[in-house]
Amino acid sequence: MILIAVISLGAIGAVGAVFLYAASKKFEVYEDPRIAEVQEALPGANCGGCGYPGCGGFAAACVKADSLEGLLCPVGGAETMGKVAAILGMEAAGAEPMVAVVRCNGTCQARPNTNRYDGVASCAIASALYGGETNCTFGCLGYGDCVNACTFDAIHINPATGLAEVDEDKCTSCGACVKACPKSIIELRKKGPKSRRIFVSCVNKDKGAAARKACANACIGCGKCVKECPFEAITLENNVAYIDYRKCRLCRKCVAVCPTGAIHELNFPPRKEAAPAVEADKVKPATAKVEAKPATAPETITKEETTQK
Amino acid sequence: MLRTFRIGGIHPPENKLSAGKKITGLAIPKQVIIPLSQHIGAPAQAVIKKGDPVKVGALLAKAGGFVSANIHSPVSGKVNKIDNALDASGYKRPAIYIDVEGDEWEETIDRSETLVKECSLSSKEIVDKVAAAGIVGLGGATFPTQVKLMPPPGSKAEIIIINAIECEPYLTSDHSLMMEKAEQILVGVTLLMKAVNVTKAVIGIENNKPDAIARMQQLAKEYNGIEIMPLKVQYPQGGEKQLIDAVIRRQVKSGALPISAGAVVQNVGTAYAVYEAVMKNKPLFERVVTVTGKAVANPSNFLVRLGTPISTLIEAAGGIPENTGKIIGGGPMMGKALISPEVPVTKGSSGVLLITKEESVRKPVYDCIRCAKCVNVCPMGLNPAFLMKFTVFKDWEKAEAGYIQDCIECGSCSYTCPANRPLLDQIRLGKGKVMGIIRTRKS
Amino acid sequence: MENNLIVSPSPHIHGGDSICKNMYGVLIALVPAFLVSLYYFGLGALIVTATSVAVCILFEYLIQKFLMKKEPTICDGSAILTGVLLAFNLPSNLPIWIILIGALAAIGIGKMSFGGLGNNIFNPALVGRVFLLISFPAQMTTWPEVGQLTAYTDATTGATVLSLMNEGALDKLPTLVDMLIGKMGGSLGEVSALALLLGLAFMLWKKIITWQIPVSILATVFIFTGIMHLVNPLQYASPFVHLLSGGLMLGAIFMATDYVTSPMSKNGMLVYGVGIGVLTTVIRLFGSYPEGMSFAILIMNAFTPLINSYIKPKHFGGK
Repeated sequence: MILIAVISLGAIGAVGAVFLYAASKKFEVYEDPRIAEVQEALPGANCGGCGYPGCGGFAAACVKADSLEGLLCPVGGAETMGKVAAILGMEAAGAEPMVAVVRCNGTCQARPNTNRYDGVASCAIASALYGGETNCTFGCLGYGDCVNACTFDAIHINPATGLAEVDEDKCTSCGACVKACPKSIIELRKKGPKSRRIFVSCVNKDKGAAARKACANACIGCGKCVKECPFEAITLENNVAYIDYRKCRLCRKCVAVCPTGAIHELNFPPRKEAAPAVEADKVKPATAKVEAKPATAPETITKEETTQK
Repeated sequence: MLRTFRIGGIHPPENKLSAGKKITGLAIPKQVIIPLSQHIGAPAQAVIKKGDPVKVGALLAKAGGFVSANIHSPVSGKVNKIDNALDASGYKRPAIYIDVEGDEWEETIDRSETLVKECSLSSKEIVDKVAAAGIVGLGGATFPTQVKLMPPPGSKAEIIIINAIECEPYLTSDHSLMMEKAEQILVGVTLLMKAVNVTKAVIGIENNKPDAIARMQQLAKEYNGIEIMPLKVQYPQGGEKQLIDAVIRRQVKSGALPISAGAVVQNVGTAYAVYEAVMKNKPLFERVVTVTGKAVANPSNFLVRLGTPISTLIEAAGGIPENTGKIIGGGPMMGKALISPEVPVTKGSSGVLLITKEESVRKPVYDCIRCAKCVNVCPMGLNPAFLMKFTVFKDWEKAEAGYIQDCIECGSCSYTCPANRPLLDQIRLGKGKVMGIIRTRKS
Repeated sequence: MENNLIVSPSPHIHGGDSICKNMYGVLIALVPAFLVSLYYFGLGALIVTATSVAVCILFEYLIQKFLMKKEPTICDGSAILTGVLLAFNLPSNLPIWIILIGALAAIGIGKMSFGGLGNNIFNPALVGRVFLLISFPAQMTTWPEVGQLTAYTDATTGATVLSLMNEGALDKLPTLVDMLIGKMGGSLGEVSALALLLGLAFMLWKKIITWQIPVSILATVFIFTGIMHLVNPLQYASPFVHLLSGGLMLGAIFMATDYVTSPMSKNGMLVYGVGIGVLTTVIRLFGSYPEGMSFAILIMNAFTPLINSYIKPKHFGGK
């Protein structure tokens, strides 16, 4: 009995093996082994930040391409692209690390509510309905579409300010939040040396008086920063200033002259000498914020890291 | 058996508090704000500048494209500025501010009350006059009327359907207009018939307005080809596709225009505006607005100059009640909640509704229990519960296969849902996305 | 700040319907059937129903509070409804400890393991019932005879219509009138077709359910068994007996129409109902179990997502 069972099962197994072997030969699809190698080198988060469907798609595109020009894994950055280049025997295209920046500083205090929103907590739905709970129709709504879009847990709504804040250590500049924000507040900017960067934290296109009335921290389009900038990095369009991060040399002169504190500087050491007495008053809100940022941000980050480990 | 549309529908409480109230004029305010976007389509282009004197009926802005409409001054006075102003959209958009001085009308406008019936104009001339007068659909959709009166090549209108349904709860502006301007409306309908070259028109009225039905029926005998059709009360019968289905039993296909079913649908208020524009040379610069609400002291129907702040209307109806939570521009089902009562009346404002705080706040949301009540009430035969799910999960392919783009945003699903789910909020978002995808695919 | 206007997307009014209203509506519709079971099974019916309801509520509360860590939603009435429906599917002489296990299976496995009301695939009460049927076949398939008002687990048991049919003893069946009012053995809530039909009328009037599911199930069973009866009247009972016996009425009116586990489009409901009708008849006539309603509903529950994605509501302007 046992013998019959063994023989019949063995025969079935053998037939199956032959069939599978034949099938695998017949239907074999040639895949460049380098695709798997490249994919191995990628972070594997499948975030789509590169513009391809997942890391596999990006790896296939890299292998297929003649040069790595224009191909960048925003998550892995230059390091990963260097590895990819080594696998494929190509030059890595230089890419500067970027980071998402939330260009709104209309905190709850600076931007009082003028109505109460009672719909679904979604920026896309609220912005399709109307300008928002405050008189500023350009600013951050704070319902967290960017938070939901982020696959790296790098952006959060600060309950104290009601604004989105980027955790720059976690941010991979994949751009998901930029696409998710219906107000186009979030921008990918150069991370800068030692993560130091300067940007206008406001996108309000209203005229100065209206913008100021809606939000104490708004850019009022006065143009002082444009005149102050020695590198012509700042442009003023539609009543709002914009700093071109490709031209900005981080001299911080614009930060000092901004009357509303709409220009933010990040991760700079505290200023040694105080600004001239007359301007000190006006500058105060800006510097206060700036000093607060570097003092708290790195600390909390290290804490989080230790708890994670 | 009265007719009605054949899929879905709900019966919200009617609450027609201002029914039977006479249309009363309203004092002209000191300043009016005229938004340049009072219609669907491109904003109008201003043709006046700061400091210009204007008379009532003077052209302020020209249509900014094919789908757009002229805008005329509702008052006489001086242009104060052209600046951004908060309007019913909830955003600040360009608008003309006019400081009122006196009430001097353009000489071409016939201000007499006499009824003019005879019209020797050709259909092209009627359409041109309608376009010049800046008439848009006054039911709330604000689609430029002249575009609707010019069927695209290859299609032929067979019938004009006049939408006198007013299925939104609370609103009575069309009802009061029919009671007081019935003859003018009928002449307006004959003009519309002539404009699109048809011999048949049906005025659809829900049978919760028996007085309007009786009055229109009596007067319509003198007009060839106009039929008054009482319809069974059911929301959203005022939807264009639903009305066509109810009146001529034809369902407009997905993505098609009403003209594909041979019908041109116009609001009853639009018919009146057409009469005034063609027969009296009076452009569209005033309209009937219902101000109502359970706590409002004196619900009324006002004849209002466009650009008047809504707060002025509410003041005339007895002021904002203590317990007001929401001010809605339009009806409770499809109207827009306003941020501030200082928003001006525009061409699309059919009513102002004030509801109490208790009614304004939404109830807690539970998980979908798939009771299919939204499916049963959807007048477009969709599955709102699934469409909401597809939107939340950003599954646009399935949403399109589920005809999310056909949603008419009537709100029946959200109204009905026992789990208080915000079905329409999500579906509206998904509809916008899917329609964007369809447009990019076509181009 | 307090006087800021509230802004939200339209619609701005709500019809006032709620999950609670629907659940309590179904409970009201179940009252006639409960009264009949009290009349015929007395104390046993009371104990079984009360235990089942109490335990279902308790389990739902504990699971929501301590396992899922969210605000318990007992007041929506769905746990009460599951408890009542489970009890209605049990014999009135079932010991309390078995009911306890059944309730745990119904709420714990059937409902909460999927995420609670709205997320379950199978009808929770039926999950509980079938769990017990497979675990305790002896206790679950012996039903007390009617009229023992003070007896509980000590009640004398007798044959049911379906077991008689399964054995081919068609001549011993009770009269149709007795079956209509419920004077026969069976699970405590399923006996009186008349009381259940009253409940159906109430739910249709209140628009809690639509007619599609119950009517399609009953019609399918009637036609299918009718054909078999015409083929061989000696072996197969008349379609009227099938309609009035076993859990068919209870299942068709209250179990299959469960919102969560039934299809959403009207045509889908018809397909679902016909499927249940065919499966029930097949199990009853050709299967080893005398009753097939529970299995038929559970099987069609599994097909519901498929029906939902393939059979869409009739689209405006569509073919």
